[in-house]
Amino acid sequence: MALTDSDVTRIARLARLHLTDNEVPVLKDELNQVMGLIEQLQSIDTKGVEPLAHPLSAISDIGLRLRDDLALPTNDEATRDELMKNAPARQAGVFLVPRVIE
Amino acid sequence: MSKFLHTYPNIRSFRQALEQREFSVQEATETLLAEISAQKALNAFVDVNPDLSMTQAHAADQQLAAGNSSLLCGTPLAHKDIFVTQGWRTTAGSKMLADYVSPFDATVVQALLKAGGVSLGKLNCDEFAMGSGNEHSAAGPTLNPWDQTVVPGGSSGGSAAAVAAGLVLGATGTDTGGSVRQPAALCGICGIKPTYGVASRFGMIAYASSLDQAGVLATNADDLALLLDAISGFDPRDATSIETCHGQPNAPGRILGHYEQLLDQYAGDKPLAGLRIGVPKEYFGDGLNHDVAQAIEQAIRQFEALGATRVDISLPNTAYSIAAYYVIAPAEASSNLARYDAVRYGHRTTQYGDLQDMTARSRAEGFGDEVRKRIMIGTYVLSHGYYDAYYLQAQRVRRLIAQGFQLAFKDQCDIIMGPVNPTVAPEIGSVAKDATAEWLGDIYTLSVNLAGLPGLSIPCGFAPGQKGQPLPVGLQLIGNYFDEARLLAVAQKYQQVTDWHSRRPGAAS
Repeated sequence: MALTDSDVTRIARLARLHLTDNEVPVLKDELNQVMGLIEQLQSIDTKGVEPLAHPLSAISDIGLRLRDDLALPTNDEATRDELMKNAPARQAGVFLVPRVIE
Repeated sequence: MSKFLHTYPNIRSFRQALEQREFSVQEATETLLAEISAQKALNAFVDVNPDLSMTQAHAADQQLAAGNSSLLCGTPLAHKDIFVTQGWRTTAGSKMLADYVSPFDATVVQALLKAGGVSLGKLNCDEFAMGSGNEHSAAGPTLNPWDQTVVPGGSSGGSAAAVAAGLVLGATGTDTGGSVRQPAALCGICGIKPTYGVASRFGMIAYASSLDQAGVLATNADDLALLLDAISGFDPRDATSIETCHGQPNAPGRILGHYEQLLDQYAGDKPLAGLRIGVPKEYFGDGLNHDVAQAIEQAIRQFEALGATRVDISLPNTAYSIAAYYVIAPAEASSNLARYDAVRYGHRTTQYGDLQDMTARSRAEGFGDEVRKRIMIGTYVLSHGYYDAYYLQAQRVRRLIAQGFQLAFKDQCDIIMGPVNPTVAPEIGSVAKDATAEWLGDIYTLSVNLAGLPGLSIPCGFAPGQKGQPLPVGLQLIGNYFDEARLLAVAQKYQQVTDWHSRRPGAAS
């Protein structure tokens, strides 16, 4: 079942990637080559096999570690500015984005 | 190639020279910074900051004068540009992070600084660590010091090239599907990735979180033992960091202690007597280059001469590791890289409409082709209706692959050996434009990440490249969980009786 142009456009929208009209057929071919490679997974008998998410759960029970729910001090203004200094646009401690609500 | 480190080829001899006042850390740092600048054509370094390096060198000199006992004190190192660093830019090889400067250091970076290591800068890599030849870097390809027309491997290509060229004694790398072991092999040096969870992922820019693991590269196994021990340890800031390894605390000292104990045990003229080496038949199939296979076979015979026993084993699901990996890794990548939204940090385009358009156009401009392809694949396999068929199925196959290793380690062998890569380094720009061609070379390394096992690559000979020139071949050693010290001790015994690890580019090979 090969991917179509409209599948590629839909995936790109979900992935928040802008594609030009010329790029759609190129990516469609690439993705179909990749799907051809990963399609072989369907032929493997995995009945009764639990999915493995954390590699070490192959040998022991691995649970997600939780930290204590502690109140921590908030950053002062200087630290906040330091942490925000990589933002493309900011002002007075907020990130600037295009208008969302008219 | 750099000459200074030829005189001091490993960490212990460098340290001894420092103690005998042959030079100071500051003098060594100055010399190496000059050599890095003279070797710009290699494109191994993407950022240097001489002032910062000299400050660290000065501090190391003071610590040495005060009697610091850390063997790493003063050691010249550099970091893959995937680790965030204060003071040096951190780009992950991407236009997306072209101007990014981290407000903090990665835990691994901090650990090496605390041990007295001196950072000489940041090393080139494939964009977000996605690639096998260092050709997918926004900073351009790194060249292989053995032959500047071939790739150094990837994604930690800059790390491997810098060590091979003698610009640093050690470098950090990251290994999601072979990205430490494969460039080490193609550049004729050593590289190890520990068991998943042994080294902290905090401050390591995420690619595929259940596979990503920090590692180190150096010219020999003994140096790797010192470096890996220093970066290992439990870190509460990494949710999948391991607290204990078979009952022992995950902390510096564990790996080195076990390594020294094994070296004591591996004595006499048959030091490896009793060691069973599993050789998987699936690692010697059709895709393996004949000359590479010969070098690997010769290395295994050398281990037999040291007393080890060869056991033929089977890892039947090896062939499926490529398909499983290229579902799981892109799925996790598409999720991890969703953070680049052009709002909090990263590239923002100049022309855009609404918020979503701004993000989509910025991401299209900021990400390179390989990253874009993997995000698209990952988004697709995680999307409604395909999650079970692809993602969960890949995770089930992942368990089968991990079980295959456990079966082999249970009663057949103590370690596993085979090739790292099916060929020596290919020419730059030679990999076919087919969307999956570059991935097929990862066949021998991927399953180690899927299972979370430790893996080591050491040089074991040469084989002819596409032009007939001799290029390095790497031998892979795979261990059971938390058994990284055994890999290093076994490799150290091999390196005591062979000199492949001492060969340097530029010298006769």
